[in-house]
Amino acid sequence: MQQTAWLLSLALMLLVAFGFTFVALKSGRRADDYAPLQARAYRIRTRLFWALVLVLGPAMIFSLLDLPYGASHAHAKASGLQALVVEAKGYQWRWELSHNRVPIGQTVEFHVTSADINHGFAIYDPEMHLVAQTQAMPGYTNKLNYTFSQPGVYKVLCLEYCGIAHHNMMTEIKVGSL
Amino acid sequence: MTNHNYASKPEHGADFGVLAYLVTAAAVLLLMMSFGLLMRMEQAQIINMGPMWFYQLMTLHGAGMVGIAGIAGAAVMWHFLRQYVDLSKGIFVANLALFLVGVVMILASVLLGNFHGAWTFLYPMPSKSMGMWSQEAAALFMGGLLVIGVGFVLLHLDVARAIVARYGNFARALGWPQLFGKDDGNAPPPTVVASTMVTIVNLTGLVVGASILTMMLVNLYVPSFAIDALLAKGMIYFFGHVFINATIYMAVIAVYEILPRYTQRPWKANKIFLASWTASTLMVMFIFPHHLLMDFAFPTWMLVMGHVIGYLNTFPILVVTGYGALMIVYRSGIRWDMASRLLFVSLFGWAAGAMPAFIDGTITVNLVMHNTLWVPGHFHTYLLLGMVAMVFGFMSYLGKRDQQTDDSLLGRAAFWGFTAGTLGFTLSFLYSGKESVARRYAAHLPEWVPYDRIGSLFAALVVAASLLFIIRFLSRLGRAGRDFPRASLAHGTAL
Repeated sequence: MQQTAWLLSLALMLLVAFGFTFVALKSGRRADDYAPLQARAYRIRTRLFWALVLVLGPAMIFSLLDLPYGASHAHAKASGLQALVVEAKGYQWRWELSHNRVPIGQTVEFHVTSADINHGFAIYDPEMHLVAQTQAMPGYTNKLNYTFSQPGVYKVLCLEYCGIAHHNMMTEIKVGSL
Repeated sequence: MTNHNYASKPEHGADFGVLAYLVTAAAVLLLMMSFGLLMRMEQAQIINMGPMWFYQLMTLHGAGMVGIAGIAGAAVMWHFLRQYVDLSKGIFVANLALFLVGVVMILASVLLGNFHGAWTFLYPMPSKSMGMWSQEAAALFMGGLLVIGVGFVLLHLDVARAIVARYGNFARALGWPQLFGKDDGNAPPPTVVASTMVTIVNLTGLVVGASILTMMLVNLYVPSFAIDALLAKGMIYFFGHVFINATIYMAVIAVYEILPRYTQRPWKANKIFLASWTASTLMVMFIFPHHLLMDFAFPTWMLVMGHVIGYLNTFPILVVTGYGALMIVYRSGIRWDMASRLLFVSLFGWAAGAMPAFIDGTITVNLVMHNTLWVPGHFHTYLLLGMVAMVFGFMSYLGKRDQQTDDSLLGRAAFWGFTAGTLGFTLSFLYSGKESVARRYAAHLPEWVPYDRIGSLFAALVVAASLLFIIRFLSRLGRAGRDFPRASLAHGTAL
């Protein structure tokens, strides 16, 4: 997902850069009569508008089809086993997990909350890539479903600034029979 | 009814108050940029200041940058808006005075009281410091923000009064008779439309911000007055999102006013323009849940609304304002100097930064990118290469000697250094976000450090270029206040 977001952003930013560079290069010689230029530019703008609608509209709707909210998420992808519930609680500045060892292929339902202030419960894979997250908030329990497909030592980092030891607020989850 | 002809307008120098705003903004901007550079160097392990200093500087950097963005944006808006409506100079100066009082309170809170709860002051962190700062330090910080907010409320109330006095009501000032009826060509000028939008959203946002600050101040001394943490977060992000976005909508007035003078082509408030500003008025206020996409307890319909509006919000930026700049510059014969270059590139910065921003606002992307360095990656693009470039462009325009003077070699180097430096700096953030590097970490993992080192180099370039812009502006302050034509006329137009 991160790679897609990066490449897509880069491509769109380059398109914008192309538009601005093209116009800057074509800005030197003045066309005295602005009216026909303006009329042509409006026609192009209408096409640009509909192109954006046709590209962004489906992308916006398609990306809404698999939301991380609600208990149903990820269950379809799981092996059919009942979800394993892991209670996760954030404290300044440590994590408390009811289990720190989980199996591969079984959906894990993290019940995430906080004992004090806002924290961010973020799961990093063994290569330190972020795979899922939710906020840990006092007074609320956010349910995050995730099905681990690769064995290894995963890390939980805090991704909501919580004070002087925020960057040290980490723990581990062992996945599979390590 | 469309008028293709440009009607030239007198070019006014800046009022003393506007110059005071700009000097304040420039000084604080430079200081906060230096803090930002130090933070990057700390993450890059080039220096070693420790987490306490890092988070204190982070808190100052956030609060300071948001504050001066507001001040600089207000200076641009006030300078041009007063050419259409009758604004109060006393209120304008009072806002700056309150801002300076707030700044002193915040500096004291952080530097003397060690407050480092970030500019977002998320409840209940200010009152739960684990002994790292006192109740008084937290109160001073939130009180400082409140004082600054009160100043801006006064300013926007005065703007609202002046607009209503001239146009009758906000609907007319937003050009609704022309938008929803026949376009008789008499819609208010873009400056008035933009100022009306900013006034509506900022007054709403500031009232919400002041409410949560007051609630948290009460909670600080009366802990039994508990606040729902999710409600507090929603209120803080509503206020924060609206305020920082409004700074761009104020600063873009410089583009609407100055670029037409260079191209001798009008930037008209036609139906598309009016529709986009009315849409932006609503979208800026209803998009804020995109900051809360990882708060699963927030109502899902609001999160989906944040996702959807994130996509819709790119339309006015790309199709109306960004495209509008391309239209009036294309084959215009524009003479490129520092002011026209900066104003043109500022719209590129705004539009380019909006791309990774709306992608981040996609819920499934946010699941793996929220609160990574992807976020400062996109907002630094549209704030630094967008909003700040607009303000530098305005300052450069005010400081021009005459219509003919070309830029020095140093001036051109500053422009390209700023542009390349900002792009390198923000792309290093975005790439780090792609690599899942966490945001707001005083110390980075060894595998993240190379990106920080590259980012530090580009950040140093941005600071150096900004220093040149600011020195140039300060050395020309005397000229900035005088009334004379500054915009270089396009090639092929009569002098």
